[in-house]
Amino acid sequence: MSTAAVDLFEVSKSYNDRVVVDALSFTVSPGECFGLLGPNGAGKSTLARLILGVASPDAGKICVLGEPVPTHARLARRGIGVVPQFDNLDLQLTVRENLLVFGRYFAMSAAEVKAVTPSLLEFARLENKADARVGQLSGGMKRRLTLARALINDPQLLVLDEPTTGLDPHGRHLIWERLRALLARGKTILLTTHFMEEAERLCDRLCVLEHGRKIAEGRPHALIEQQIGCQVIEIYGGNPHELLPLVRPQVQRAEVSGETLFCYVTDPEQVRVRLADRTDLRLLQRPPNLEDVFLRLTGREMKD
Amino acid sequence: MWQRFAPALPANPWNWISVWRRNFLVWRKVALASILGNLAEPMSSLFGLGFGLGMIIGGVEGTSYISFLAAGMVAASAMVSATFETIYAAYARMQTNCTWDAVLCTPLTLGDIVLGEVAWAASKALLAGTAITIVAAGLGYAEWSSIPYALPAIALTGVTFASLAMVVSALAPSHDYFIFYQSLILTPMMYLSGTIFPMSQLPGSFQRIAALLPLTHSVDLIRPAMLGRPIESVGLHVGALFIYAALPFLIAAALLRQRLMR
Repeated sequence: MSTAAVDLFEVSKSYNDRVVVDALSFTVSPGECFGLLGPNGAGKSTLARLILGVASPDAGKICVLGEPVPTHARLARRGIGVVPQFDNLDLQLTVRENLLVFGRYFAMSAAEVKAVTPSLLEFARLENKADARVGQLSGGMKRRLTLARALINDPQLLVLDEPTTGLDPHGRHLIWERLRALLARGKTILLTTHFMEEAERLCDRLCVLEHGRKIAEGRPHALIEQQIGCQVIEIYGGNPHELLPLVRPQVQRAEVSGETLFCYVTDPEQVRVRLADRTDLRLLQRPPNLEDVFLRLTGREMKD
Repeated sequence: MWQRFAPALPANPWNWISVWRRNFLVWRKVALASILGNLAEPMSSLFGLGFGLGMIIGGVEGTSYISFLAAGMVAASAMVSATFETIYAAYARMQTNCTWDAVLCTPLTLGDIVLGEVAWAASKALLAGTAITIVAAGLGYAEWSSIPYALPAIALTGVTFASLAMVVSALAPSHDYFIFYQSLILTPMMYLSGTIFPMSQLPGSFQRIAALLPLTHSVDLIRPAMLGRPIESVGLHVGALFIYAALPFLIAAALLRQRLMR
């Protein structure tokens, strides 16, 4: 038996001859926040389904909370809380009733659910909405209720499939803050996302995916240091393909993505001097991030 | 093989209750409207046909036409209630609202969900059938003492037609396809199974087909019960309905596993 929270070994999954997950292995340790980072279609949601035992792998082994999945997925799911990519709350029911209904699926009595409801509502900042119908809540509130619902069984492991997609920045920051509070309580989090910022802020380690394959794995800052390790200047406003030969001697590496030229430089000042007479251009200098790592590894941006 | 199919079966004999209770909690908020809406059609058929045609027909099989029809309406309304709950409401919970997806992330299996939905649809069928039985008894078209015998038959009818409709739900790419099941299967079955007129009126070959239909077995259980007559071949009818419930349940579970747990 594995002591890891989640252990995947050489897992593959295809749909109609399209390989969605390709011989993927990774391990999530108890208490860490592990991110699956990749563009839409990289296989993130399929991985979440495989880990929950809702889909079966074509090959490979999956072990979650010490249980083989999918054979004993039911046992594993007792200790898992799930925030799906799209809210599937009961809109006709109130906030409180949603928690009651979900608690029953975990064989909790009404009294047991009632006992934990106040702390869950407080956690989700929904104390004043206990008897509101879910259909009347804002998107951010629904998302937080989904998170509270995922905690009803006091899970060891949380599987969060793009938990902040579709939220405004305020709502997103509130969710991030709540997730950090859960990590502080010792919960293990497996998070899928295509937000670089989310992955950088929350994840202890992450696995970068493309077409169901792992293209990098490690701590966010270590990955950035390894793959990039210098400042970035984004140049836009001109034809990036014409600009490329112009700045080439001054940069370590350059990538064109869309209408932007990404220059990776140890001395940004040289590029600025070189382009000083081009007033039509806009230059943005910033520290490197995971977006650059993805661009470096795949030659394209992660943004849709 | 077994391990692949296990998630499609109920995990234990009680998990389904939490699915049933979820549906009950939602239904309770609209209970009155739901009951009135479900009863209006069978009641108007009962009185419209019963009084209107009853005048012309007189007696059927040794009773008034309206008494004969009341039992048929009870069976038909149980069939329709269980079917509609499954192909529209349960299908929406599966396909549109993703309610099932949420439950699949808990210790419940797909089989638990399907059993809970079938039991819920059967409960609504029982409610509709019982309400008509009570009205019929109150107006003297059925025996009060017969109700305890009619209720299990109505419930079994509900389970049977919920299971059958679950197969349709499992196969339908969208709800537009349900009209075929209604118009090609349910409506002809209602005319063939002796709900509105005695099966003996049908040509011989049709009678032989009709004898195999699940609704015929329901009617053969419910009508004698409501008219206070001895029920013949109880074992045959109950057994046939049981098979019509169990086999489609297993087929639906296997199909839904293919559909939802790919």
